[in-house]
Amino acid sequence: MSTLTTVTSSTVRSTVRSTRAEMMRLRAWPAVWITLGAWLALSLMFGYLFTYLSYTTGDASFTDEGTTQAEQLAQLLPTAVPDVFLQGMPMFGGALMMVLGALVAGNGYGWGTWKTVFSQGVRRGCAVLGAVAALTTFVVATLLVTLVFDLGISLLITVSEGQPVELPSAGSLVEALGAGFLVLEMWALLGFALGTLARGPALSVGLGLVWALVVENLLRGVGQLLSWVDALTEVLPGTAAGSLIGSIVGAGGNGDGTPGVLDTIPGTRAAITVAVYVGAAVALSVVLVRRRDVT
Amino acid sequence: MNAQDTVASTENLTKVYGDRVAVDKVTMTVRRGEVYGFLGPNGAGKTTTLRMLLGLIRPTSGSAYATSPVGALIEGPGFFPYLSGRANLRTLARHRGFADAEVERVLERVDLAGRGDDRFKGYSLGMKQRLGVAAALMGDPELIVLDEPTNGLDPAGMADMRALVVDLARGGQTVLLSSHLLAEVQEICHRVGVIDDGRLLRESTVAELRGGVSIRVRATPEDAALAVALRLAGDEGVRRTDDGGMQLTLPPDAAPRVTRELVAAGVDVHEITAAERSLEEVFFEMTSGHEKELSS
Repeated sequence: MSTLTTVTSSTVRSTVRSTRAEMMRLRAWPAVWITLGAWLALSLMFGYLFTYLSYTTGDASFTDEGTTQAEQLAQLLPTAVPDVFLQGMPMFGGALMMVLGALVAGNGYGWGTWKTVFSQGVRRGCAVLGAVAALTTFVVATLLVTLVFDLGISLLITVSEGQPVELPSAGSLVEALGAGFLVLEMWALLGFALGTLARGPALSVGLGLVWALVVENLLRGVGQLLSWVDALTEVLPGTAAGSLIGSIVGAGGNGDGTPGVLDTIPGTRAAITVAVYVGAAVALSVVLVRRRDVT
Repeated sequence: MNAQDTVASTENLTKVYGDRVAVDKVTMTVRRGEVYGFLGPNGAGKTTTLRMLLGLIRPTSGSAYATSPVGALIEGPGFFPYLSGRANLRTLARHRGFADAEVERVLERVDLAGRGDDRFKGYSLGMKQRLGVAAALMGDPELIVLDEPTNGLDPAGMADMRALVVDLARGGQTVLLSSHLLAEVQEICHRVGVIDDGRLLRESTVAELRGGVSIRVRATPEDAALAVALRLAGDEGVRRTDDGGMQLTLPPDAAPRVTRELVAAGVDVHEITAAERSLEEVFFEMTSGHEKELSS
C-alpha cells in the first residue's frame, strides 16, 4: 500500500512539474495569443458587431435576418451574454482550439522538444498529462476572458443605448461556462490527440479542420438519405458539441441558424458524448506517447 | 570490473526496421568515470543504439541499461524556437524540478550565459549545440550521453567542447560520446566501441585498438638490416613495409639501441622514427570492406 502511495505521489509531483513547464512555454508562445485574439475577434464580429450594425442601421445582416429591432437589441444586452458566449463555440471556437491542441502536441515532434524532455529522464505519461493540464488551463482562461469580454461589450451597448442594466443569472452563467468548457476542451484535446497521432503539426491541423468544418457537415447531409449514416452522425464530436450548445441556446429556434449549433441529440446525451471524447482523447494521447518510439 | 562500475550497458541489443537490421546484437559496457567513444560512420547504428539506451525507442530484442539520472543530447538539440535559450532551459528545469540557479550554472558551463536571452531560432548551429549540451548537464547526472556534440562548432568551439568533456570526466562523471571525428575520440576517450553496419566490431581501450607503438626503420643493405631487426624484435615483431623499410614492434625509447646495433653491423641508417598508428588508420582498416566515407 505504501509503495502504491509513493508511486502515486511521485507521479502527481512529476505531472505538476510538467504542467508548470508546459504553462511556462505556452504563455510565451505567440500561437496561443494569436488563437485567443482570433477567437475574441470572431466573438466580437459575429456576436455583437454585425447585430449592432443591423440594429443601428436597420439593414438586416445574415446573422439577424427575420428578427425585429427589439429582438436585435435584446441579443446585445447582458441577459443574452450566455447565449452569445456559446453560439460560436461548436464551430469557430472548436476549430481554433483544435488547431491549438494539434500545434501543442505536433510541434513537440517537429521541433524535437518531446525527444529532449524524454531523453532527460522525464516520464512520458507525466509530460503528456502536464501538457494536457496546461492546455486545459488555457481553455479555462479563454472561457473566462471571453465571458468578461462579452459582458463588457454588452454593458457598453446597454449604457450607450440608455437601457437598464440587467445581468444574466448566475445559474445561466455557470451553465454556459460548463457547456463551453466541455466543447472547447473536447476540440482542444482531440487536436492534441491528432497531433500526437500524426507526430507533427501540419497533417494534424489539416485533417482536423477538414473533419470539423467539412466532413461532419457532409455526413449530416448524407444522413438525411441514409439512416445508418444518420445514426453514425449522432455520435460524432461535432454533432455532440453542436447539440450540447443547441440544447442551451436553441438551434435555429429564434431564426439565427448559427453554424454548428444543432438539435440532433438531447443535451444530456450530448454532454455525455462530449465528456467521453475528452476522456478518450487524453487516454489515446497518453497511450500513443508511452508506447511509440520517439524518433 | 563489477556491476557497480557499469553505468550503461547493452546485451545483444537489436533493432530491426522492416527487413533492415539497424542494430545487430550489440553488447557494450560503459564504466563509471570513463569517457567512452562510440565510433562509426554515418548510418552505422550509433544513434539508434543510443536511443535504445535512453529508452526513446524499443529494442526488437536484447536489453539496454543506463543508470539514472542521465543527461543526453541526441541527434541535435530540440528546443522551442520562440523561447530564449535561458527560457528553454528553465522549461526543462521545471519538468525535472530544478531551480533556475541550475540553469545559470549550465549556461555558464557552456559559455552561453551572455547570449542566454536571445531566441533559440536566432542561435548559430554551434550555439544550439552548446545549449543542447547545457541541457544534458543539468542536475549533474552521473552519465552524460553526447551524440555528435561538436557538430556545427568552429575549431575553437570544438576545442572548448573537448576540454569540457575531459573536465566532466575529471569531475567523476561518465561520458558516452558518439562521434565520427576520430581525432577527437583519440584525444579524449579512454575506451571506444567501433560500430559499423549495426554490428559492434571492437570494444577496447584506445591504445589497444591502435595496436601499441613501433619503430620504423629504413636502412641498407636491407638483408643485413633485417637480420639485426629480427635479432632485436623477434620474428613476430618485424614487418616489412612497402617502401623497403621495416616496422619493429618496440617502444620508442629502444630507438638509440636499434641505431647502435645497425651501425655496429655495418648498416647505413637512412631513417629511424617512432611510429604510431592513428585511430583513423585503424578505423579505416576495420571498416574498409564497407566502402563508407566518414564525414569530415
